[in-house]
Amino acid sequence: MLEIVNLSVEYSAEKSRVRALDNINLELEDRKIYTLVGPSGCGKTTLIYTIAGLLKPSQGNIYINGERVEGPSLETAVILQDFGLFPWKTVEQNVALGLVIRREDCIKIKKIVDGILDKLLLKPFARHYPGQLSGGQKQKVAIGRALVVSPSLLLMDEPFSSLDAMTRENMQGEILNLWRQNPMTILLVTHSIEEAVFLGQKVIVFSQSPGRILYVINNSGWGVRESEEYHKTVDLIRNLMRGHSR
Amino acid sequence: MKKSRCYAFALISLTITWWGISAISAPVIPSPCSAVITLAYLLENGLLIHIWASLYRILAAMFLAFFTGVPFGLLLGTEQKADDFFSFIILVLYPVPKIVFLPVFLMLLGLGDLPRILLISTIIFFHMAVTARDAGKNLPQGSVDSIKSLGGKKRDIYVHVVIPACMPQIFTSLRISLGTALSVLFFTETFATSRGIGYFIMDAWTRVDYNELFAGILGMSIIGILLFTLLDVIERCICKWKYI
Repeated sequence: MLEIVNLSVEYSAEKSRVRALDNINLELEDRKIYTLVGPSGCGKTTLIYTIAGLLKPSQGNIYINGERVEGPSLETAVILQDFGLFPWKTVEQNVALGLVIRREDCIKIKKIVDGILDKLLLKPFARHYPGQLSGGQKQKVAIGRALVVSPSLLLMDEPFSSLDAMTRENMQGEILNLWRQNPMTILLVTHSIEEAVFLGQKVIVFSQSPGRILYVINNSGWGVRESEEYHKTVDLIRNLMRGHSR
Repeated sequence: MKKSRCYAFALISLTITWWGISAISAPVIPSPCSAVITLAYLLENGLLIHIWASLYRILAAMFLAFFTGVPFGLLLGTEQKADDFFSFIILVLYPVPKIVFLPVFLMLLGLGDLPRILLISTIIFFHMAVTARDAGKNLPQGSVDSIKSLGGKKRDIYVHVVIPACMPQIFTSLRISLGTALSVLFFTETFATSRGIGYFIMDAWTRVDYNELFAGILGMSIIGILLFTLLDVIERCICKWKYI
């Protein structure tokens, strides 16, 4: 379980302090998908970075299974906005990185990486460099790199924002498939209401900067774009956000 | 146009230009033909010793500068405290023309290869260090965050991000340094030595043997081209991802 208690994060800009997150309280249950939607610049990325242990909170704490987050954890994987792939490593090497850092032995790494590449249909591109891949393929590599360490918490920061509409929907389906095969806690940040409602069992709605939680919505319409609940929830969130942006 | 054709075209036009200039300024500038014939003759009669001596000096100097300058520069680029401390020293020393220290180096280190190698590498060191430092300051933040989030420690960040990310810039600086290194090499070989292409050229000059002088110049150019090509090949191996 992920608990966020009274979390505030401030950045120091020239002579002043900018508050990015304001008093966030949140509990994420294990093996569920949460999506977080909010206007750009509302601190969504800051929240992901803080949970990942890449940023220190100014106030409050984050606990994963009761343990306070002090830095990056081996149980947490992050997929960043621009995928954060290493252009100088092949697909295979990118995916293997998490295991290489953990100093696993070569045979084990090869086996796990091959399995993941197979699952994501990336086998034919194992020796390619990221520069040779399409946006969707790069995204798959980033997902593969996150999954290779079998994380219990997967954080995604607008992972599909640079993909075209069809690739985007395919990748959203891919995430749900992977999650069904191997449920883990997922927190996905997005600025797209449709994406948030399609993927999230619970949708967290953020305010404009500094980011505060406006609503946490139980979403029965997740996973099926054609369902009535899906459209209802999309409309509901759109109206809520519109109300707050006035 | 194919690459090989481009090379041939460049070579032919350079030869024609040289030939044209030699036609009006003979005998100081011999024709390309006689320079090449003299070079071919000299390669079998003693010039190789000079080429090896020069190659050894420049390669040793480049290695030394690379393996000290690059780590030092990367350290400055990635560790703010080290940068605060050393940057000022570099700033003060960088514009000083280190080449004027040749007499000092010769007096302190004797007349062998060591002072020459050290002088070249001292000059190149600054190029390497400054480029590596700037490259280290402009790391792709996404890659650094990614590796940290995967649990990477400082060592992993250096191995998987800092070094590979900075390699292309370091190769550029190696290429630029190579030109400087060759000039300095020539200078260091004109004093107190009887080996090296630099010595050979100055010696031919004093003997007023223009053919040999130009054969020497050709020899020096060949060293330059060889090293340049070598750098290219190594870069294509190490930075494969840049050439896809």
